[in-house]
Amino acid sequence: MNNWPLLSILVWLPIVGGIAVMLLGDARAALGRWLALGVTVLAFVLSVPLYTGFDSTTAAMQFVERLPWIPALNSDYHLGVDGISLPLILLTTFTTVLVVIAGWSVIEKRPSQYFAAFLIMEGLMVGVFAALDALLFYVFWEAMLIPMFIIIGVWGGVRRVYATIKFFLYTFLGSVFMLVAFVYMYLKTGTYELSAFYQLPLTLTEQVLIFLAFFAAFAVKVPMFPVHTWLPDAHVEAPTGGSVILAAIMLKMGGYGFLRFSLPITPDASRELDWLVIALSLVAVVYIGLVALVQQDMKKLIAYSSIAHMGFVTLGCFLAYDIYANTGATTGAVLGLQGAMVQMISHGLVSGALFFCIGVLYDRLHTREIGAYGGVINTMPVFGAFMVLFAMANAGLPGTSGFVGEFMVIVAAFKANFWYAFFAAVTLILGAAYTLWLVKRVVFGEVANEGVAALKDLNRREFLVLAILAVGVLALGIWPKPLTDVMEPTLQQTLTLMSASKL
Amino acid sequence: MEKIYLAILLAPLFASIVAGLFGKWVGRAGAHTVTILGVAVSFALSVYVFNHHVLQGQPAFDGAVYTWLETDGLTLEIGFLVDQLTVLMMLVVTFVSLMVHVYTIGYMHDDDGYQRFFSYISLFTFSMLLLVMSNNFLQLFVGWELVGLVSYLLIGFWYKRPTAIFANMKAFLVNRVGDFGFILGIAGVYYFTDSLRYSDAFAAAPAIADVYFHLFSTNTTENALTIICVGLFIGAMGKSAQVPLHVWLPDSMEGPTPISALIHAATMVTAGIFMVARMSPMFEYSETTLTFILVIGATTALFMGFLGLVNNDIKRVVAYSTLSQLGYMTVALGASAYAAGVFHLMTHAFFKALLFLAAGSVIIAMHHEQDMRRMGGLRKYLPITYWTCLIGALALIGFPGFSGFFSKDGLIEAVAESTIPGAGYALFAVMAGVFVTALYTFRMVFMTFHGKERMDEHTREHLHESPWVVTLPLVLLAIPSIFIGWFTIGPVLFGDYFRDVIFVLPQHDVLAKLGEQWHGPAAFVLHGVQAPVFWLAAAGVATAWFLYLKRPDIPDAIQARTRGLNRLLENKYYFDWFNENYLAAGARAFGRIFWKGGDRMLIDGALVDGSARVVGWLAGVIRHVQSGYLYHYAFAMIIGLAALLAYLLVRT
Repeated sequence: MNNWPLLSILVWLPIVGGIAVMLLGDARAALGRWLALGVTVLAFVLSVPLYTGFDSTTAAMQFVERLPWIPALNSDYHLGVDGISLPLILLTTFTTVLVVIAGWSVIEKRPSQYFAAFLIMEGLMVGVFAALDALLFYVFWEAMLIPMFIIIGVWGGVRRVYATIKFFLYTFLGSVFMLVAFVYMYLKTGTYELSAFYQLPLTLTEQVLIFLAFFAAFAVKVPMFPVHTWLPDAHVEAPTGGSVILAAIMLKMGGYGFLRFSLPITPDASRELDWLVIALSLVAVVYIGLVALVQQDMKKLIAYSSIAHMGFVTLGCFLAYDIYANTGATTGAVLGLQGAMVQMISHGLVSGALFFCIGVLYDRLHTREIGAYGGVINTMPVFGAFMVLFAMANAGLPGTSGFVGEFMVIVAAFKANFWYAFFAAVTLILGAAYTLWLVKRVVFGEVANEGVAALKDLNRREFLVLAILAVGVLALGIWPKPLTDVMEPTLQQTLTLMSASKL
Repeated sequence: MEKIYLAILLAPLFASIVAGLFGKWVGRAGAHTVTILGVAVSFALSVYVFNHHVLQGQPAFDGAVYTWLETDGLTLEIGFLVDQLTVLMMLVVTFVSLMVHVYTIGYMHDDDGYQRFFSYISLFTFSMLLLVMSNNFLQLFVGWELVGLVSYLLIGFWYKRPTAIFANMKAFLVNRVGDFGFILGIAGVYYFTDSLRYSDAFAAAPAIADVYFHLFSTNTTENALTIICVGLFIGAMGKSAQVPLHVWLPDSMEGPTPISALIHAATMVTAGIFMVARMSPMFEYSETTLTFILVIGATTALFMGFLGLVNNDIKRVVAYSTLSQLGYMTVALGASAYAAGVFHLMTHAFFKALLFLAAGSVIIAMHHEQDMRRMGGLRKYLPITYWTCLIGALALIGFPGFSGFFSKDGLIEAVAESTIPGAGYALFAVMAGVFVTALYTFRMVFMTFHGKERMDEHTREHLHESPWVVTLPLVLLAIPSIFIGWFTIGPVLFGDYFRDVIFVLPQHDVLAKLGEQWHGPAAFVLHGVQAPVFWLAAAGVATAWFLYLKRPDIPDAIQARTRGLNRLLENKYYFDWFNENYLAAGARAFGRIFWKGGDRMLIDGALVDGSARVVGWLAGVIRHVQSGYLYHYAFAMIIGLAALLAYLLVRT
């Protein structure tokens, strides 16, 4: 199977499938649903050989496909995976299956278009992670906004128009600067090839400008303080599936961008400006953690919690320079990078699961207000057990995936600076505080009102989704080695690239 | 042997999964059978391991089971370190757990969450074993947090009670404050050793003790090992409930009584004591940390004891007693008498579990009444409970010959020998604490089992001794509460039981000094009877007898005269008040300020929507230019033409 163009299949199969589902129309929505499920399951099954056939002893790109795309611009249709993109692609194909199952009977308005949007988005997201040509990357990156824009705008809540415009403008504005940086480097190298950008010598001023252009794009996506305010609004208005994809995958593109573009292309600027990223990451942990504490809306709370957790990703990515300055060696830098990656995968599973949980409640009582619930475990014991499990994972409990990345980043941060570790470790307290307080108010206690008293426990479809996620969360917590082994050589290479001065 | 260790660890986990996930299918009897079997297997195999390592003198085992993660030259493993200290903990944990499992059959008989409860306590046993059997900091932390999780689940076991679900959240969060320090300590170990194995950390400790950090400014220096050890000890303060992180333990009494005995008295709360003893090769090199430990422990030992005097809830009295006794153990650690701390941990596990289970037996008989003011005279209704409880009480106050006597006397004498700064204060605190302990313990015994019967008629008529599943564990725990000290003090405190496990610098070795005068347990008892400690305890019991049996009117009179002091004690020194009104409320206030002021007003209001408004306003202004009237455009053209001409004229 190694001769198949697997990556192209993973990009185009969902897109073509999505168009087919859309053409079936709402009249044949039932058929469309099954088709959507079939396509996503097939895509997931086809992404497994990427892992089993992956050679985790090398940092080289694998499953590479290359065709001329726009010869006039010297831009190629160039796809490939390495240790950074492989886990993210698997996360994408995995999560999309669950999103389709979760939306199975819940979506009543234009169901076939709903599923079509998610399928098309899946292909585009795989494209973002697999593209090795900057222009191709940019096309996927921007195209992906459209289905998400539609998902929030059509199936969203009351303030969906405000939220979609905010979401679109924020992310679009950031990306435009990235395009400018790409074009600048194209003018210098004559190609959009990523590996050419890696080798392009740049002065510090050029690097700083490019770094800031990238930063505008990636910091918004992560999102980092202070450009994070689009996320709570988008989450609140998005339908459950949209929130899941947003949290589980879209946010990861920011972290992916730092690892794939900022650090290797502008190593000296990264060294000069690492204080900025680190400071904003720590602000995310402490400031956003406190903001999460006082939210009254479950989705907003988890959205803020996402921002705080993503702070660990950006922190882990930029530790290397201070580790070298502090200890004279780079031991611990790859631990930080690994921590950032593990945190991304884990956050994909955990926050996805929590948004599913909120969706389950929302489908029943049609409110996200924490105050409208209380004592849910009395009527929904199975749901309550899942909710407590995922909440604990969100609070970074060992044995769940949520612990692994946080632990690695905190331990690595101590090598860079005691205070980085100190402020990062505040998440142990704040993360537990906002998550467990949520659980206390929603899950535990006496039955709060008639609505809660009438709740029905999970049906088989919901159980399936949450059980699969629970297995993932636990497996990654009990044995993260299979994941980190795959990423190790690539992240070692990232460290080499980000440590090599271009001046 | 590795397979046996693994079986000890996994048997309770397996049982927990069966009872938890398949509770409906296996039923109530199935759930308690499988979990009791699981723990029994663990206990039996622990005895086997004890025989292997201690009696037959086989060397300690230190090896990995599987590699959890490998990156950047760092190998994180799940593995075992099994030596004398581990074996002792394994025996204590599995034995007490087994007793509690049996007891639970009786105590939780009518509860709907029967299977769930058995699942939780087996999961706890697994987590605790994971913690004590670890050979590295990662696994230690994993076990450390997992016992915290089970504690959270069990305190909130009755999830409908508002007090229970507040208490469990509080317990978890306060423990997380401790873990905050703990994880920084662990990160510090990684900083120096690029490893998280105990053996690497211990080997590096003397070198780390010579390194200094500049944490606060370039002019001040902080010893690196002290930072690491204080961090680790802050973790211990959370788990072992030392002031000021003790606030969660009294509230944890919201959970069912069996877990108060198992988790919040005998095992989990002693994890901090165990951890510091395990890390003795590190703590020994940081005298500053030892002083810190001494002062914290001494404060806890004495001041938490006072709180036992004013409480009327039988479980809370025992809980404050636990806090105070944990303070004693901590003091021993600070005095470098790690063996004495662990020894007291062991004896305390037996007699405190006994006291809790006896209190539970009383509570069953009283139909879940916990207020001692409505008890009294229960001696004749609950004879087995009474006698076993009395044994526990005598062990707790250190009555000569009982297990608690050996451990507490050994501990106090070790502190008396210590020259570490703070030892003087600690000695005063633990000596005074002896009187206080005797007073509150026998206040409880007298108020519960002696004197006037103060319960209502209905309760009195239904009073009867608990079933055998409840009393059997009481008897089985009473036996070691009496005898275990006599038989083990020689090897554990003064012999070579811990020789290769616990490391003490020669200048700190107070137990060796005591050992020079060691002439066997009988002589120790004889010496103890003549020492002031014994008389302090006796005075405490006598005072309790006088105040609560002979002249029960006096306590009220004292209370009336010392209203200020009384209020201080009843409000538990205002720790909870401060935490809730300043720390928790402060965090929420900051959250609200950041959210409404920062996110909403500044970022969204001024910057995001503000920039949108500016664009809108500009567009609004410019829109007026495009009015659509031809004469406006013609006018503009003429003006423009004129301006252009003027410009050209002026330029030439």
